Amino acid sequence: MIKVSKGAVSIERDGKKLAADVGAPVQVADRVRTGADGAVGVTLRDNTLLSAGPNSLIVIDKFAYDSVTQDGKMSVGVRKGTLAVASGRIAKRTPESVDFHTPTSILGVRGTEFVIEVEGEGDE
Amino acid sequence: MNKALLFSMASLFLGACASERVVLLPSADGAPGAVAIRDKAGEIRLDQPYAAVKRTLDSNRVYQSSPQEVSERYGPTLAVLPQRPNAYILYFETGGNVLTPESTAALKAIRKEIAERPASEVLVIGHTDRVGSVDGNDKLSLKRAELIRAVLIESGVDAGKLETIGRGERDPLVPTADEVDEPRNRRVEINVR
Repeated sequence: MIKVSKGAVSIERDGKKLAADVGAPVQVADRVRTGADGAVGVTLRDNTLLSAGPNSLIVIDKFAYDSVTQDGKMSVGVRKGTLAVASGRIAKRTPESVDFHTPTSILGVRGTEFVIEVEGEGDE
Repeated sequence: MNKALLFSMASLFLGACASERVVLLPSADGAPGAVAIRDKAGEIRLDQPYAAVKRTLDSNRVYQSSPQEVSERYGPTLAVLPQRPNAYILYFETGGNVLTPESTAALKAIRKEIAERPASEVLVIGHTDRVGSVDGNDKLSLKRAELIRAVLIESGVDAGKLETIGRGERDPLVPTADEVDEPRNRRVEINVR
């Protein structure tokens, strides 16, 4: 769910552009886009925290989490811009089920916090 | 698509564009962490706070970043990282659904936090000790969580914010042998995010 939204932020879902206000849900396959003055903070159900800075395009490729068993998986792409990550329950329990990726690399995490930056004109 | 092709396309991308960078940050809870970055050249592992890699078409440059660089480059990004989730634990008197007096008192702080966080969501997780059957404990843990859910709704929390689950005896705070009466495991965790 979106917890912080500043400036131009939108969610692209099924070819439609939706407002990304605080409280809006974020779903699998959503593309979260920020403009030059935009920034957005998202908390996922396993307590993963994500935030994207200006001129970013972030794609939620996979996310599943069973809150009873704590099993899950996630895969998040940074097409351009910056993404900060504080990893959550899935990364703690089954780190092999979590990845982040850029146009040229794949990141595996071991319960941690980091920033990914993709400079350039990469987009779709 | 085969790997070689994928990586040659990736090279074209990095060639056409500028660069990528990953910086490991210190974790909020002080626990050690690491990030492994895999690309066509292999794998780079960052496992110290502010360890960083700048990747371009021709090179991967590992270097030590700093709080200053992180603040300059990523200040606007980190400024909107959501507030950390917070967990509360409520305890029950032996074998039933009555909260201890301390836990009853803690409910006030929990209600306040739920009200004050932007777009707050709450996961109410019931747990048991290992006395009784697994099935029975699944039911008892869910019953405990539902009791707390009802208390929260009664005190004005929007039901739409609440998810209620029972984890039974499978996630003990204090691991024990089966059939051990362990008060610290008879609890409901409230996770506010």
